[in-house]
Amino acid sequence: MPSTGSFPSSSSLSRRLFLTTTGALSLGAALTACGGGDSGGSSTSAKPVSQADVDKAMKTPTELTFWTWVPNIQQEIALFEKKYPAIKVKAVNAGQGTPQYTKLRTALKAGSGAPDMVQIEYQAIPTFTITNSLLDLRPYGASALKSTFVDWTWGQVSGSNGEVWAIPQDTGPMGMLYRKDIFDKHGIEVPKTWDEFAAAARKLHKADPDVYLTNLAANQVAAWHGLLWQAGAKPYATSGKSDITISVDDAVSRKLGAFWGGLAKEGVIGVEADFTDSWYAALNKGKYATWLTAAWGPVFLSGSAKATAGKWRAAPLPQWDAAKPSSGNWGGSTTAVIRSTKNPIAAAEFAKFLNSDPASAKMFATEQFFFPATKALLTDADFVGDAPAFYGGQKVNQLFADISSTVNSSFQWPPFLDQAATDWTETVGKSLADHTDTVRALGTWQSRLTTYAKDQGFTVKGS
Amino acid sequence: MASSVRARRAAGPLFVAPFLVLFLLLFLAPLGYAAYLSLFQQRLIGGTVFVGLDNYVKALQDPLLLHGVGRVALFFVIQVPLMLALALLFALALDSGLLRLARVIRLGIFVPYAVPSVVAALMWGYLYGPDFGPFAQLSRMLDLPAPHFLSEGWMLGSLANIVTWEFVGYNMIILYAALRTIPQELYEAAAMDGAGAWRIAWSVKLPALRPALLLTLLFSVIGSFQLFNEPKLLMNIAPDVISSSYTANLYGYSLAFTGQQVNYAATVSFLLGLVIVIASYAVLLTANRRRTP
Repeated sequence: MPSTGSFPSSSSLSRRLFLTTTGALSLGAALTACGGGDSGGSSTSAKPVSQADVDKAMKTPTELTFWTWVPNIQQEIALFEKKYPAIKVKAVNAGQGTPQYTKLRTALKAGSGAPDMVQIEYQAIPTFTITNSLLDLRPYGASALKSTFVDWTWGQVSGSNGEVWAIPQDTGPMGMLYRKDIFDKHGIEVPKTWDEFAAAARKLHKADPDVYLTNLAANQVAAWHGLLWQAGAKPYATSGKSDITISVDDAVSRKLGAFWGGLAKEGVIGVEADFTDSWYAALNKGKYATWLTAAWGPVFLSGSAKATAGKWRAAPLPQWDAAKPSSGNWGGSTTAVIRSTKNPIAAAEFAKFLNSDPASAKMFATEQFFFPATKALLTDADFVGDAPAFYGGQKVNQLFADISSTVNSSFQWPPFLDQAATDWTETVGKSLADHTDTVRALGTWQSRLTTYAKDQGFTVKGS
Repeated sequence: MASSVRARRAAGPLFVAPFLVLFLLLFLAPLGYAAYLSLFQQRLIGGTVFVGLDNYVKALQDPLLLHGVGRVALFFVIQVPLMLALALLFALALDSGLLRLARVIRLGIFVPYAVPSVVAALMWGYLYGPDFGPFAQLSRMLDLPAPHFLSEGWMLGSLANIVTWEFVGYNMIILYAALRTIPQELYEAAAMDGAGAWRIAWSVKLPALRPALLLTLLFSVIGSFQLFNEPKLLMNIAPDVISSSYTANLYGYSLAFTGQQVNYAATVSFLLGLVIVIASYAVLLTANRRRTP
């Protein structure tokens, strides 16, 4: 809290301090009031903030702190500060993904040092809502943005009682990047189904033992979750605050486990850890003929495997049911507001502006090469018309924009993602790497997660 | 007279105070806080409850913790004697005065210690690489099977190699410095008695080195049981071999930052500290017993 009037150097300053403080105080009081008063019905959202309050807040000199690992985000922030000159936003890079979450959790526990806004990936949202750390953005007008964003992204940022926990920033609908030259050389058609994919994997490795059709990284739980998502699995479902259903070894999961475990055991796919030196070298040297990746993959690959320019093409993921194409999501982020912020109105306005303002959203696509979350950009002629030479002039963005519309919108994440990820690597991932029984490893994953959830006080249901 | 005694008495605590304050603030307070934390359990659902010694009971039966401690104990038993023997050998060789370019060699052996262990682990991780690492490429060129440095069976040895590479120089410097303090008269006396270079090394230098050796051994006990950086970094390239509970220290870290089980992590850290105290004490005790037969 600002130290009101302890050292009033001039009367005008102290008056302004007094005003801002009382503003913050009354707002804080309002928040505590609705926090305490909702014992009757917890699903009712707080009263919407009036436009007058918003106008006042956006004209009050305020400094906001924003934790993000987006490079050069200063450009987008400048757009916001130009529109709202009274608000200054300080961007802090506190690490990418997990390291940032660890720091955030520590700051939240300590009760000080947490930012006002934070970049958070879709899959991490429930991990922070379970600890009551995020602000429901409904009272701040976030619901009005629902139709701006691709449906499944809105599903990802929505809570079970309709809360809006964050604003989508970018996405990663999954597709397949493949080496056309390798496919052509060995007479392999682009696989449309997973059965064709398995056949191609065997054929390719037999034709050239140094080449594998793909690499399913044994440390990449995000890819596994994406593939589960595509297959229509519902591995996690939460209802109420403390009930969770864990079914990471149900029929769909086992189908996936048998498929990938089988290919790994046969030795016709790679299973090495991704984003390592060895993995980059493998992509550059043509050890893997495909990369099952997300919509951010094409730009990433063209920067990391320059030696292979022009040889790659993109296609949708192979399908389980060719008649009903579907995909999952891997990656992408949102902007959330931390509940403890002293400036919720300005922070929420920032989160909304940053990702929904047409100029700002477009800048993410053209400057940071993010794959958009807004419907407008996915039909933007400039964006989908891009035809990079790295992919032989293929309209890669158009392809992934089409894939985005096939992403299932009801996939949910567990409220303890880090634990789920570690346990996956040590059970399922390990079985892939060691060429042991992946289906059995799914059972171990299930039981480890169940034990953990029970230890943490959840009521666990499920297979 | 009396006043000067009183002043001197007052001066004592005053001189000790800075140390005591820091000791209290930076050592005892966190230790006490960890002990306090270890008596509770905080859950995502249901908040924090006092559980007494439940965490300790759980930890003592936790196979992951026991395996982690067992693994670092094995690491200690194999890696430390090797590293100290090498350090001793280098120190004696340097001290013998028979080496050419002694200063260059001394610096060369010491330089790895100046490399941050994070960088060292990353560098070795590359060297160990099964596809594009130099060892693998060399053996492929010679049509030999590539060594699997990062496989389950080799990993502890690969880690031991990194740690040895990093710390041989450090231990060598301690031993070398101790050798330089041996009075010249002892060598002269030994030479008068007809002792050769080997005899002098065995009967004069080694006994004089005992305190320094004990010191390096103690440091190594602590270092081994707290093994963390190297496995944590190799975890990225060999996630199937190095689990989140590979060493006891790594387990504590994962519990706190992955599983959000801060209280249990405090318990594990406390128990690990206890193991280190016992191991250090055992080392001291055996060393002292040998000195006074």
